[in-house]
This record gives sequence, structure tokens and C-alpha cells, in this order.
Amino acid sequence: MSPSVRPYWPPLAAGFALGLALLVTFLITGHGLGASGFFTRVAAALSGWLAPVWAQANGYFGPFLQANPLAAWISWEIVGVLIGGILGAVSSGRFKAMVERGPRASSLNRLLMAFAGGALAGIGARFARGCTSGLGLSGGATLAVAGFLFLIGFFVAGFIASYFLKKAWT
Amino acid sequence: MLPVYDSGAAAGLFAGVLFGFALESAGFGSPRKLTAQFRLSDWSVIKVMFTAVVVCAIGLYLAELVGLVRPNGVFVPTVFLGAIVLGGLLVGAGFAMGGYCPGTAAVALASGRLDAIAFILGMVAGTAAFAAAFQPLKDFYFSGQGPQGQTLMDLTGLPEWVILLALVGAAFGAYKAGNHFEKKFGGPLTAKQVVAGTGERAPDQTNSVPKETFKA
Repeated sequence: MSPSVRPYWPPLAAGFALGLALLVTFLITGHGLGASGFFTRVAAALSGWLAPVWAQANGYFGPFLQANPLAAWISWEIVGVLIGGILGAVSSGRFKAMVERGPRASSLNRLLMAFAGGALAGIGARFARGCTSGLGLSGGATLAVAGFLFLIGFFVAGFIASYFLKKAWT
Repeated sequence: MLPVYDSGAAAGLFAGVLFGFALESAGFGSPRKLTAQFRLSDWSVIKVMFTAVVVCAIGLYLAELVGLVRPNGVFVPTVFLGAIVLGGLLVGAGFAMGGYCPGTAAVALASGRLDAIAFILGMVAGTAAFAAAFQPLKDFYFSGQGPQGQTLMDLTGLPEWVILLALVGAAFGAYKAGNHFEKKFGGPLTAKQVVAGTGERAPDQTNSVPKETFKA
């Protein structure tokens, strides 16, 4: 273990930083931060390349493919998130290439669970029209009923699912 | 008068860098730390999110109060009851199973986590599945629509400062409950434990350690 690993910020400090980042985003753009919107655009773009006829005719992807689906604010934002994440991880000695998993889970098991969890989250974010960032965090900060409804669902299902998945992580 | 409504490339990059750096610094590039919230041993997710929501909400309130931000100037999402609750449930279950939500998966990828790639591929696949099934889902997707951009003030009839005060109180309670449970279940995962990888015993396990030792 490297002694040069810097601790995480305390939750209060990290929460203030995140809140100020979100506030600045609102003041500049008029909307909050997001994430799932970018992956929706990636899915639309991939579908447009792999199955253009189907994707153009699809009721959900079709409108995205009227123009280049990746030419959007959220794409730049996610590039920024990757840069910010690398800056934070590398400067603190916290960057580490690994499959992060519970002590009882094999790497393959972890990767399959990550894929399945990602699929659930991907479907869920499309139903909700946003994810933890866009709806929970940004919606919550505007005191939107939709944001708090999403957060209630998120935490209820998280606690229930986690109860059955304890072995995967501990 | 703000917002300036600039959603260009520079604004996106700038907001993203702040967002990614803050999430990484909070420890949200680690799926073990993130999911430990649901095992009650690490309350960073609730503490950080609650703080961020309260800080930004108060900031927006004050900015509007002093005339810096135009009233109703920022985007407020609209309720679609069934779809938003179901979506929240699915994202929560996916988070518990996959270890991330969409934003934290990006931060984890930036921190070198290879499992984040699998999560992202899963998200793209899930999104395509949703699109494929969109036609029959459409009625449900638009069901239970609430008033445009409905806020807690609209819902309850209470003034904004009362809602904010209640949120500050609730955040305070969440910190107190979090500290209590963190103490009970071995405490939050540290950066050193996360970087050390799986070999390090997770704090949630410390309770079961003595029992195993006795058996041996």
C-alpha cells in the first residue's frame, strides 16, 4: 500500500464543493448537472451506426438522430467529468487500475454484476428521464417534486436490493 | 441577470471538471464505498448528496432574493408519477447490484476501475432495450403527469424558506444517524483501504471477524 494515498475529503466538505459546482452550473447554463443523458446519446449513436433503419424509425432514438446525437452539452460535460476525475484520482494517489469487487466475488462475477446493474440503471434512467445526478441531485436542488420522488425510489430499492446482495460486496 | 444560459462546449467542460473532481474527492469512484451506504457502514452518499442539495438550493434561493437570478429562471423537472418512481427504483437496484450510478461510473472509469466499463456497457444496452420497447411503454411513460415544473412549495403551499429550513433539519438528522451507524458498523471506507483493493477487509466485516476467530 502506497503511503502517498491522500484521504477523501470529509463528506461535509465534499458536499459543499459538489453543491457549489452545481450552483455554478445552474448560474451559467440554467440547468443542472447530468450523466445518463450522455449514455442515452451514445446508445442512440451506436444504434444509428449498427442498425440505421431500425434506429431512425424507433420512437425513442429517432428524434436523437435528426442531428448528430453526440453533439450536445452533456457530451462536453462528461468529457469534463472524466478529466476532473482523473485530476482528482491521479493528484491524490487514488488512481488504480483494477476490477474493484468484494472479497468473495471473482472478477468475472463482478463484471457480470456490473453489466447487469448498469442495464437496470440504464433502463431506470430512461423511465425517470434522468439519473441520480440529473434528477436526484439537480432536481432536488431546485426543490422539484420529481427529484424527491426519484430519490425516494432510489433509496428504497437500493436498501432492499442491497440486503439480498450483501455477499457480493462483503 | 443570471443564468446566462450558456450551454456551450466550454461551459460543459468547466461544469464537468468541477463535478468530476468533487465526486472523486468524495470517494465516489469506488463501488465498495458507494454501496456501503446501503449496508449502513458508510454514509458518505447520503451526507454528500444531502449537503450538496441543501447548499445549492439555498444558493439559488439567496441569488434570487438579491435579484442576481431571474425568478423561475432555472429548469425544474416535471413529475410523471409512474415512470419517475419506477425509474428511481430501477436505478437504485442497479446501483446496489452494479456499484454505480451513471455519473459515478464515469468517475470510476477516470479512477481506473475496469468494472465501470462493464457498468457503462450495461447502461448502453439497457438504454437500447428501453428504446426497443418504447412503443408499448409509451402510455406508462407519460402517465401521471403533474403540473409543469412542480416544486415542493407548489405541492405544500409552504414558503421556500420553510422548505429549506426543514431540509437543513433533515440533513442534520441524516448526519447524526449516519455517524451513529458508522460507529456501529466499523466506519467509512478510507482511500487507503479502497486503493489496497479487495485484500483489505472491508469495515462492514469487522463485526463478523471475532466470531470467525472463535470458531477457528
